[in-house]
Amino acid sequence: MLAFAIRRLLQSVLVMLAVGFIAFSLFNFTGDPVALMLPPEATQADRDEVRKSLGLDEPSYVQFAIFVKNGLQGNFGISLRLGRPVSQLLIERLPATLELAMTAALLGLLIGIPMGIFTALKRDSWTSKVFLTGSLIGVSLPNFLIGIFLILIFAVWLGWLPSFGRGDVTQIGYWSTGFLTQSGLKALVLPAITLGFYPVTLIMRLVRAEMLEVLRTDYIKFARARGLTNHAVHFGHALKNTLVPVITITGLQLGGLIAFAIITETVFQWPGMGLLFIQAVQFADIPVMAAYLCLIGFIFVSINLMVDMLYYVVDPRLRVDRATLGGH
Amino acid sequence: MTTPSVPLLQVKNLRIEFPTRRGILVAVDDISFEIAAGEVLGVVGESGAGKSLTGAAVIGLLEPPGRIAGGEIIFNGKRIDNLGFEDIRKIRGREIGAIFQDPLTSLNPLYTIGRQLTETIETHLALTHTQARTRAIELLEEVGIPAAAKRIDHYPHQFSGGMRQRVVISLALAANPKLIIADEPTTALDVSIQAQIITLLKKLGREHGTAVMLITHDMGVIAETADRVAVMYAGRIAEIGPVAEVIHHPQHPYTIGLMGAIPSVGDNHERLSQIDGSMPRLTAIPAGCAFNPRCTRVNDVANHRCTIERPSLLPAGKTRAACWLHDRLGQQSTAINQHTVTV
Amino acid sequence: MVDLMRRFFDSDIWHSFKRNPLVIAATIAALICLFAASLAPWIAPHNPFDLKTLNLLDAFSPPAWIAAGKSEFLLGTDDQGRDVLSTIMHGSRVSLVVGICAVFLSMVIGITLGLISGYVGGALDAFIMRVADIQLSFPAILIALLIDGVARAVIAKENHDQVAVYVLIFAIAASGWVQYARTVRGSTLVERNKEYVQAARVIGRRSLAIMFSHVLPNVMGPVMVLATLHVGTAIITEATLSFLGVGVPPTQPSLGTLIRVGNDFLFSGEWWITVFPGLALVILVLSINIIGDWLRDALNPKLR
Repeated sequence: MLAFAIRRLLQSVLVMLAVGFIAFSLFNFTGDPVALMLPPEATQADRDEVRKSLGLDEPSYVQFAIFVKNGLQGNFGISLRLGRPVSQLLIERLPATLELAMTAALLGLLIGIPMGIFTALKRDSWTSKVFLTGSLIGVSLPNFLIGIFLILIFAVWLGWLPSFGRGDVTQIGYWSTGFLTQSGLKALVLPAITLGFYPVTLIMRLVRAEMLEVLRTDYIKFARARGLTNHAVHFGHALKNTLVPVITITGLQLGGLIAFAIITETVFQWPGMGLLFIQAVQFADIPVMAAYLCLIGFIFVSINLMVDMLYYVVDPRLRVDRATLGGH
Repeated sequence: MTTPSVPLLQVKNLRIEFPTRRGILVAVDDISFEIAAGEVLGVVGESGAGKSLTGAAVIGLLEPPGRIAGGEIIFNGKRIDNLGFEDIRKIRGREIGAIFQDPLTSLNPLYTIGRQLTETIETHLALTHTQARTRAIELLEEVGIPAAAKRIDHYPHQFSGGMRQRVVISLALAANPKLIIADEPTTALDVSIQAQIITLLKKLGREHGTAVMLITHDMGVIAETADRVAVMYAGRIAEIGPVAEVIHHPQHPYTIGLMGAIPSVGDNHERLSQIDGSMPRLTAIPAGCAFNPRCTRVNDVANHRCTIERPSLLPAGKTRAACWLHDRLGQQSTAINQHTVTV
Repeated sequence: MVDLMRRFFDSDIWHSFKRNPLVIAATIAALICLFAASLAPWIAPHNPFDLKTLNLLDAFSPPAWIAAGKSEFLLGTDDQGRDVLSTIMHGSRVSLVVGICAVFLSMVIGITLGLISGYVGGALDAFIMRVADIQLSFPAILIALLIDGVARAVIAKENHDQVAVYVLIFAIAASGWVQYARTVRGSTLVERNKEYVQAARVIGRRSLAIMFSHVLPNVMGPVMVLATLHVGTAIITEATLSFLGVGVPPTQPSLGTLIRVGNDFLFSGEWWITVFPGLALVILVLSINIIGDWLRDALNPKLR
């Protein structure tokens, strides 16, 4: 277990260094980093100090090391557009994005898994065909369009739900939550459905494909030959084997959702990191872009690491031999 | 071998079809055979001859679109081919066990063998979990797993291939069935381990009084294990009879060719014979006898009968063979036994 | 290419196509979109970019079948009095051009890198595949956004509009090459060990070119499936970037830009300015995806 964990951890660190290098390049190849990190009204003394603190007179690998060191301390400089420390901006926006992404991921699992199982077990039924066609429409609908249509129907025409913002939020320490007020929950409905649409269809298709694959295996045939009930075969044997690869994709998908939230947040003017990022792209606000990239990278890597560990717990084969579980 | 008045398993005129876009494929065409209690019936044939499908049909595990299109399967005096899902499920594992080809893939990799054994036992027998576990350990000991009480909590990948097949056998025996369908139980194993598994299967069958339908393409395995043997060709039974008779005095030209193709120690033939051509595809089974395009004796039967009329199983020597050479009413057959082979 | 044609008209695939009404409908829809888009300057009822023909009095006219609608504007007009149907036709043109160019570029990048990776092996292979792994774990849209953001930082603002479309095509292409590379690499690895390549190596000939001609026909089936589905994704990515305001400039609006513009009028009741471009986008992408999905199943021998 320890060797496995250390190996994975090392890989994660390498990925983070790669992401950090891209972020570092953003700074260095898109103009004068000193100008980027300081507000325009900064004095020459300020500039020299920053230049020195950045070690810009040093060779570039030393600069990179300094960048990494600053990054580890959460220091990504000052937003060009808002004139405030980037880390502060991100911390403010983080809860909104995480609450949205978590809710969407939960929707994906709670709806996607049962639908996937159903369409795999009753593959020729009429309902399954409707689900499958529906899922194709689901992946063909651009995320922002789903949001627009939902706003048009439920906010503009029916007037049931708000179309933008987070509603009232409650501040708990650093964390601002929308879960505790009625308006916060109402404001969450449409964005969560919009963002959850893709994971629902993806998880459904994935569960279906994996389950069909598993149902063809010899051990399922043998389980039937042993006279086990359908329930035991499908939910005792097939489902567990199906969910092993599904865990990975869903885990990775959660990371994707946080990045994907950029679109949903723009449509619903949801005050999360994604909205901050898109505004940064429009204004070429490099410090915010770099910091967002590093943060997303970090979230991805952490999730990957957790998924690997979970895999390890679920699949006994990994615990003994080091064989990787490929070939699906 | 005494044959009781009612056989344990009777298969009558079984026909298995696969509807495809280009028409219906008949994979098993009108076959009939019986297995007596405690008897080992070997079913031998090339791949695609329909052996495995016949086995799957008996336990109701034909995979769609395959379907039973005709005939009856009678087990213990009761018809089982038309049972509802729940009824046939209760027979599977309890009355009829099964062992498949590949022990590496027959066990669910995510569960311990103990969990797979106890769930099977608890499904069929009214035992508490502790009793089921005790029985599971006994079963593992019986199939020769050392330190069974410890090994029971291990996962399949922690066992070798031969050991896994022993576990599979213990699973098939878990509820003490009357019949076991063993579909190529040794094909995936090393040669040295094959013999052990066959010996084990034979011993357990004898001790428990379990009949075995042993499906294989390996005539050697049949010779060692079976009481009787059915030779299948292109979805039909070519010859069926006591194993020693079929091996030493085969009556169907296909069986004769098959026996001639098996090497043996002390073989006094100069070279192995072989059958020219290959088994027809299911889409192109010739009219009359399915073997006629490859048969060296096809001209020994008058009036092109072999290419026109399909032979049924006819008494031939001490076996029964689906060959017009043995139709004593239609034509004299004298020369057939000159091809007798010693194995 | 000959092999590709033969596989396309292989009787099984043709048969499967004929039996599948959904796929036929999707093909017809895709052809109509392609036709309307490519001939937009000649067959569109109005020229939405000719400022002389625009009349602000025509602005916000609803679709023709609504009481206040005008028969000359079938799907209504936008805030500047432009015919929505015509802007959709012109917009699809931009969307399709960007989508197809991006996919083509992506294919070229992916196939080349995959071939090099599989052929050269060793450290270069490991490097390319690690980059692919890392990139694959980030959503394509994020990568495209980053590239676009960098381009904005590097290119002066007054020049940016002119190159925006090229930046967009490159951004989408760079975010999608990985799958092609993986497919081609796998096939190359198989091919590399075959005797003719080994023989070519022994006699010192450069086998890369020979291999390329052997690998390409083998991977064409899977690559075409990937490409078909990728066109759908690329159009969505383009529309999304344009919707987010970082795609094509409003002077040459794509479907995404049209939706973005229309979105501002959603609350004042002029829904048609958004909804019709949106529906056009859905129909276009959905029909491409249905074809791609079917193609994948039809070319997969496992499912036959």
